[in-house]
Amino acid sequence: MAGYICLILLIVTILENLSTFIPGVPQVLQPTSPLFTVLKKGAVYSLVAVSMNLLNGFTGLFSLGQAGFMLLGAYTYAILTVPASMKDQVYYLFGGCLLKSSLVDMFGAVFGTSGAGGAVAMVLGVLLAIILAGCVAAFFAYLIGLPVLRLKSDYLAIATLGFAEIIRAIFQWQKLGRVTNGANMIKGFPTFSSFNITDGSGGVVLRLSVFVPFLLASVCILLIVLLIHSSYGRAFKSIRDDEIASEAMGISLSKHKMLSFVISSFFAGIGGALFAMYVANAQAKAFTSTMTYEILLIVVVGGIGSISGSVIATFLYVACSEWWLRFLDSEMVLSNGFKVPLLRNGFRMVVFSVVIMVIVLFFSHGIMGEKELRLPGINGRPAGSKGAGKGKKDGAAAAKAVKEEKSSDDQED
Amino acid sequence: MGEILQIKDLQVSYGGIDAVRGISFNVREGEIVTLIGANGAGKSSTLRAISGLVKPRGGSIVFNGDDITGLDPTAVVSKGLMMVPEGRKIFPNLTVLENLRIGAYLRKDQLDSDIEMVYNYFPRLKERSWQAGGTLSGGEQQMLAVGRALMGRPKLLMMDEPSLGLAPIVVQGIFEIIEQIHKAGTTVLLIEQNANMALHVADRAYVIENGRISMEGTGKDLLEDENVKAAYLGTAGK
Repeated sequence: MAGYICLILLIVTILENLSTFIPGVPQVLQPTSPLFTVLKKGAVYSLVAVSMNLLNGFTGLFSLGQAGFMLLGAYTYAILTVPASMKDQVYYLFGGCLLKSSLVDMFGAVFGTSGAGGAVAMVLGVLLAIILAGCVAAFFAYLIGLPVLRLKSDYLAIATLGFAEIIRAIFQWQKLGRVTNGANMIKGFPTFSSFNITDGSGGVVLRLSVFVPFLLASVCILLIVLLIHSSYGRAFKSIRDDEIASEAMGISLSKHKMLSFVISSFFAGIGGALFAMYVANAQAKAFTSTMTYEILLIVVVGGIGSISGSVIATFLYVACSEWWLRFLDSEMVLSNGFKVPLLRNGFRMVVFSVVIMVIVLFFSHGIMGEKELRLPGINGRPAGSKGAGKGKKDGAAAAKAVKEEKSSDDQED
Repeated sequence: MGEILQIKDLQVSYGGIDAVRGISFNVREGEIVTLIGANGAGKSSTLRAISGLVKPRGGSIVFNGDDITGLDPTAVVSKGLMMVPEGRKIFPNLTVLENLRIGAYLRKDQLDSDIEMVYNYFPRLKERSWQAGGTLSGGEQQMLAVGRALMGRPKLLMMDEPSLGLAPIVVQGIFEIIEQIHKAGTTVLLIEQNANMALHVADRAYVIENGRISMEGTGKDLLEDENVKAAYLGTAGK
């Protein structure tokens, strides 16, 4: 699996840099192309979708607090990384920030602020801030989980949704302005394009602005996959399947639900930090419940309980909303003067809703159902497993292999 | 032989309704003991209280010399008391193998030999090792539920109506396995409505009526008792 991730990382890096090395590449490969917006946003959203799937699909806890935890992550990251030199400018309404320095500045004091030292300082500062963003989200998840995880299904969803809204309101509170900048956005912190390697005069030598979110998201998703395949993951799935039976097997419900909730929120927090890097600002009003629904939709369309489904659905969703269906939003006049009816601002969302309704009505298991994408070299279930057609084929292949082995044994004898 | 489980004056109630009204019984090491009784007699509630799924209102439960009254299920399971829940309750979306591994969730040692042991008892499960639990037939699901409980290496195995909803021939098979497991050294507490089967395999039996024990004796004695025949075996006067 690591091999496939490396391959994907390599491909996006090459795609991104084609325009630097080959002049005159098609528009779609230029740095301003929607392709790269989709790739960046897709990487960020797929991490959040997978983290939500861990909770909703694998543990069976229907939580709608994802946007709230993303908000916590985004603000933690932003507050910790706005450079000291930018603070007054960002927090001008409140007369500066309470936090005088930033993590990048702190590492800068050790490694230097320019050249390779500066790069190391930025990478370390950003990484630490991202991890702390996850930790803050996880910590709040723990506090909220204590009362809320006793609730079931719809009640849990309402409670977590309410929490997300409360958090959003608190972060917009003017009294906290010296930390959160009130209802204004925090900006000026390192973003994905800060990772592009530039020469002395500011020209880009190597673009890494798509590579970085892909790397971070795939490392996090890999960790979640490892967790799901561990004995903890099995316990989560058993809780989803039957709470009483898993309790009778000695699995502590409260402990494992909390664990799943905290871990999911940790990665949602990291996703929030990456989202802030993607949009280059952190603002509470971006993290509405609509965002949670968007992610829930991705999880449902991808297949509840399928990691690869979530990832595939994310990229499809983001590509549709940011790129492929964009043309529906602008008026179109054909060459013969015919004005295509219906096409106008906002029509994209209408079409989008219809597409989603069709998917939910007729493909209620989503793209992948509960299965995972199987590629050669990734350890799945051996022959004769789920999926009748494929299983049979595998079984036949295995039988053939056994026969061949036997005959070769005979020859040796 | 020592007593592995002692129940004294156990009372269980749900929201003011008394399901179990002072039951006392014991299980000695190496026995098969069965509790029989009609629907709603309080058999399952007794079992749920022992395994910690419900907190008893009164009385005491002593397992292997430790008082386990009111402990949570995790603590009870870690002491070596496993339950096969009523209605099987296997995990439908996990594979057979994953189901078995969940049974040994609290163990940290190697499981390979135990999985091999369960597959020896139930060769059908080995064939279906990678199949989702929910795709098994009722009998296979019951085998899986028993196998899953065995994975926890129980000192005492409690079974809640293993014959529920199964064809007579399948029930026969399940009871044969119960006897095999018992011969291999596991103490069994069996709860059954199918009194005939249960009394045949049991060393001792208790009859529960309306939350109280109304009769006790060896399996053989109760099989021949006129009252038991009339109430549970349907063979009175023959």
